[in-house]
Amino acid sequence: MIDFWKRFSRNRSAVFGLAILVAVLFVATIASLIYPEDPFRLAGKPLSGPGLNGFLLGSDSLGRDVASGIAHGAKTSLLIGLIATLAAVFIGIIFGAFSGYYGGRIDDLLMRITEIFQTIPSFVFAILLVAIMKPSIESIVIAITVVSWPGVARLVRAEFLSLKNREFVQACHTLGMSDLRIMLREILPNCLSPIIVIGSLMVATAILIESGLAFLGLGDPNIMSWGFQIGAGRTMLRSAWWVCTFPGIAILITVLAINLVGEGLNDALNPRLRERQ
Amino acid sequence: MIKHLLSINNLSILLPEGADRKCAIENVNLTLSAGETLCVVGESGSGKSLTAKAIMGLLPAPHVRVGSGSINFGTEDLVQVSYERLRQIRGSEISMIFQEPMTALNPVMSIGNQIDEIFRYHASMAKLERQGKAIQLLKDVKLPDPKQIMNTFPHELSGGQRQRAMIAMALALSPKILIADEPTTALDVTTQAQILKLIKEMQSTYNSGVLFITHDFGVVADIADRVAVMQEGLIVESGTVNQVLNQPSHPYTKSLIAAVPSLTPRAPRKKSDESVIRVNRLNKVFGGEKSFFGFGKSKRIVNAVQNVSLDLFQGETLGIVGESGSGKSTLARCIIRLMDYDDGDVSINGTNISKMGRAEMRPFRAKMQMVFQDPFASLNPRIKIGNIIAQGPLIQGKSKSEAEERARELLSIVGLDSKAYDRYPHEFSGGQRQRIGIARALALKPEVLVADEPVSALDVSIQAQILKLLDDIRRQMNLSMVFITHDLRVAAQVCDRIVVMRYGKIVEVGTTAEIFGNPTHDYSKELLSAVPGKGWENKNSASLR
Repeated sequence: MIDFWKRFSRNRSAVFGLAILVAVLFVATIASLIYPEDPFRLAGKPLSGPGLNGFLLGSDSLGRDVASGIAHGAKTSLLIGLIATLAAVFIGIIFGAFSGYYGGRIDDLLMRITEIFQTIPSFVFAILLVAIMKPSIESIVIAITVVSWPGVARLVRAEFLSLKNREFVQACHTLGMSDLRIMLREILPNCLSPIIVIGSLMVATAILIESGLAFLGLGDPNIMSWGFQIGAGRTMLRSAWWVCTFPGIAILITVLAINLVGEGLNDALNPRLRERQ
Repeated sequence: MIKHLLSINNLSILLPEGADRKCAIENVNLTLSAGETLCVVGESGSGKSLTAKAIMGLLPAPHVRVGSGSINFGTEDLVQVSYERLRQIRGSEISMIFQEPMTALNPVMSIGNQIDEIFRYHASMAKLERQGKAIQLLKDVKLPDPKQIMNTFPHELSGGQRQRAMIAMALALSPKILIADEPTTALDVTTQAQILKLIKEMQSTYNSGVLFITHDFGVVADIADRVAVMQEGLIVESGTVNQVLNQPSHPYTKSLIAAVPSLTPRAPRKKSDESVIRVNRLNKVFGGEKSFFGFGKSKRIVNAVQNVSLDLFQGETLGIVGESGSGKSTLARCIIRLMDYDDGDVSINGTNISKMGRAEMRPFRAKMQMVFQDPFASLNPRIKIGNIIAQGPLIQGKSKSEAEERARELLSIVGLDSKAYDRYPHEFSGGQRQRIGIARALALKPEVLVADEPVSALDVSIQAQILKLLDDIRRQMNLSMVFITHDLRVAAQVCDRIVVMRYGKIVEVGTTAEIFGNPTHDYSKELLSAVPGKGWENKNSASLR
């Protein structure tokens, strides 16, 4: 673990990303402490600029506090990103593991299914799913999961394909080990590092998809999110720039931070890069 | 004083800080004259390849660099010359052949193009003239149909043909020095013999000096005029081939030569008639399956094992020898049921196991265990040694404490410290890992051990230790063993009977003494005559017992 941290911290920008991420997490956890009121509450004069009328980052056309929205939205964004990614990774591992390990017919079948999902443009597909299921936080998580698991499945399949013929796996066969145990105990731990890396980057994508959906008005109407704030402010982008800008910056910074951390994880977990340094 | 083509004086190469030693090579002195072959011999990590790379200026700078000393080539010092001058020298005056011709050739350029490139960069010639020269070169290295070869890509050639093409490229500008870094290690023994002969012929045609790097004393005996033995970056002994091979003075050289298995078969042992494993008309075909919707090309069909029948008798070691692609590994994997076969039967102690399901098969798994070739791929890097060994007994229904006790006992049997129990595979050397692999196989108290090239990835001194360990264990536990190898020297020392395979078929079966003394099949004769260093049968290299 200490060794891992040493390798991770060699990448300065990754540490920087991690610091930002921790800060965002911190804001999300204390959101209800610093802004105990509902972020949808009309808190004062509409369209106040940043720093005016007691609004740190201004207010929108209905007089809602932008700063409060950002703090509460952080919770939504991170939560959706995390849950959707975990679900996608889980499904992806199952599909990838079975198709890579067994090959043949099973592989053909599972990969054709994966390809059907991959051929549809993911954002359009997500919009479609949310529109069908009615916008709610569950439907958004489902939609993001559905569009993002094929990448994981492909990756896991490739790893399983190359690992299943390794001699240590064959040795397990000669010991009479069951297939499931070989997959879970022997092969899966050896392909965890690329899964962790792709997973961390998927959190960033999930946040972007969620914001995009909310921007188009397909977000959960009862839950504050960054995309919703931008969507609400887009009509007065020129007259009240702060309504869109601050949530936008929040998205930018968070996604950037997650990407930096993902990159850092890649450097730290990839044995080939390890040698290069 | 004779003028040397190349003389290396007190050359030291520094390794980056934190490496296991300070210098890759230290105070190395070597000389090479025209028309002479100098063999540099040593085990892995001895610094022999870095020496060659230093001459070509191919050291992985800035981590690894020349610390002191000089490499004098003609009037120039290759350590000091400018990069531009070095580029001129490379290829035209000193050229190099690498170990793995598939990776040394550019896979997306035709052979003709790659040879042409050398002429384009180093000499000014008309296109037609260049082409004529290239064809002549390919003819010189005895490639069939040179005009056709000009347009082929590396993957379309066999390993031996690729190495010939590499040699043609290396000789394109008739260099004064040819450096060959393990050029035959990746090749089959019959191909190796041809390539060695070719290098000899080319050398006499061009009168170039050859610096030949190898770990194989048989090859040294065949090709060298002079020999330098390296150990951990130092030259411990050098002299003419006769001196070094037949009267070695340094203890390290002596131990290396002693570790080379002799070609004289070992004394026959008492034979049992009780068959442990019987293989009856086994067939295995690769490829041929259709894709999902029936689209796509039908795959190429390879008959990996054809109609093979054999018996393994109680307590004997049966060798399966053959070149790559002969189906020996496939046969072993079919016997042990790692692969399903298309046709035929395998029975163990009279029970036919070929149609058994997974659960039915489980108790029989314990009777047959396998030792694998690659000590680095055969252990799961994420599992501790103790658990790797204890896994087998656990799966077969032993309690946790029993399995642990068995694992600890096995560690001591294979000669490893009990501290190894809680360590991970990457903390061990190749030889140690192979011991762990053997311990894992023995954990289930098998009756039959199938060893697939168990020593071919190891240095010769380690190889001798592992072979000795296998032999001790076989005797103590009364194991029957199937031993797959491409190395006839090893086979001579280990096996009671030998099966020679080619293209998936058995061409000859006999006791070791019969096969080595009086082979009947043409292919067995060819294999035997291709063993490097056949003429050199030294007094020092004792048989294993």
